[in-house]
Amino acid sequence: MENILEIKNLKICYQAKNGEVEAVKNVSFSVKNGEFLSIVGPSGCGKSTILSSISGLTPITEGEIYLKGKKLSFPCFDIAYMLQKDSLLPWRSIRKNVILGLEIQKMLSEENLEYADSLLKAYGLWEFRDKYPSQLSGGMRQRAALIRTLSVKPEILLLDEAFSALDYQTRLSVSDDVYKILKKEKKTAIIVTHDIPESISMSDRVLVLTKRPAEIKKIINTEFDIQNRSPLLTRDHKKFGEYFNQIWKELDINA
Amino acid sequence: MHNTNLSKERLSYLSKVKKDKAVVTFFRCFILVLFIAVWEISAHFNIIDSFVLSSPSRILKVLLNFNKNNFPLHIYTTLFETVVGFLLGIIIGVALASALWWSPFLSKVSEPYLVVLNSLPKIALGPVIIIWAGAGVRAIIFMALAISTIVTVLEMLEGFKSTDQDLIKMAKTFGATRLQIFFKIVLPFNISTLFNSLKINIGLSLVGVIAGEFLVSKAGLGYLIVYGGQVFKMDLVMTSVLILSVAAAIMYEFIVISEKLTLKFINHKG
Repeated sequence: MENILEIKNLKICYQAKNGEVEAVKNVSFSVKNGEFLSIVGPSGCGKSTILSSISGLTPITEGEIYLKGKKLSFPCFDIAYMLQKDSLLPWRSIRKNVILGLEIQKMLSEENLEYADSLLKAYGLWEFRDKYPSQLSGGMRQRAALIRTLSVKPEILLLDEAFSALDYQTRLSVSDDVYKILKKEKKTAIIVTHDIPESISMSDRVLVLTKRPAEIKKIINTEFDIQNRSPLLTRDHKKFGEYFNQIWKELDINA
Repeated sequence: MHNTNLSKERLSYLSKVKKDKAVVTFFRCFILVLFIAVWEISAHFNIIDSFVLSSPSRILKVLLNFNKNNFPLHIYTTLFETVVGFLLGIIIGVALASALWWSPFLSKVSEPYLVVLNSLPKIALGPVIIIWAGAGVRAIIFMALAISTIVTVLEMLEGFKSTDQDLIKMAKTFGATRLQIFFKIVLPFNISTLFNSLKINIGLSLVGVIAGEFLVSKAGLGYLIVYGGQVFKMDLVMTSVLILSVAAAIMYEFIVISEKLTLKFINHKG
């Protein structure tokens, strides 16, 4: 598989009132086409900052990011960002929410609208298209937010603690859901999470960061001999615990 | 999901809710009737001086001469000035608040001025406004504007600034421009703020118009009140005040109804 995204010597500093803060330093990694990569690290280490810089929301201080071999420039519609909250607009119906991204990017063509509708149909939200977010469950709202992101046809999805606002049970089923949808749509994903089991179950590789300023400590391949792998199935696998211990040790958290 | 076979507890709960509402309505009416009765009786038996404080029957007599007292003209004048001042105040206020949201620099620079202008009693500027805008309807509308605009600016700006940052961030992840963020997120998010502002504003516009009419006017309820006071026709003053309060209530109610309709149209709870 070819690399879809390459990050080279990334350094991110930002100016705070009491001085310069170095959030990320010397981070290099690449993501293969169709791969799911998780980033874990101690709280506040700068993992979200890395995602945010890939999406263009945070400027990078040094280093380069290449998308399919070309230097990344913004706005870039090939990369989409999913946040912790579903952030559905309460005054819009589900369908109107789903096409918000297309609307903002001025891509409301017949073809794109049909694609958004097909996603609503494929993932069980079609009959709820005229409902409002407050009438849907947390899991369905998150799915609507995912469809909103998929509607703009990105190749890479950045998931920033995308499930942490959900309660534990919903979270397990939503992450399973999202994983299957993204695999089916053949997307590449970078997942930032503080939840170790989530990182193992959701991704092909786990990137462990150090404390701030974040550097790469280790990259762990999470391989499971499971056919039609899904997050829930991996959680049952005997190797799951091994990976957990390995990542936990690398994180080196002394509370 | 209406169940026709309601449980006994449900029925008794529903009847209690209905009863509570009826009791409240009864007492509201009762207080009004009591007030009018006490007023009339104490005027009748000379407990209060009905020459100064008027009485319900005297007010009724004035009202019966509705056309002779030229009430339609005065009511029309005041309402016209209030509505124009109100609409202009809202438009200018929202536009200014939008500009200040747009430019944080402008917002920071203007902050102390807004605070001072807000606490300044704008009526103090009355004489200046009259000389500047000319003694007439223009000055009165200007007065209403002076009183209502700053409040609208502050109220709306506060609302704009407290828009859910997560929604704005979400729009940014799709590459939204500031203009798109404003029209797709910030403005719809603040529909309730806008209506609150309208409710405050209609009252303030009326204050501005009456104050303006006190200072300079040839017609209007404010004019009628000043005129009535000067020629000791207190019945006329009281009647004007009564009409004014009814007009204020109707305008307020109009806004409440349009708020309900708007929210029903765009909102989720429908």
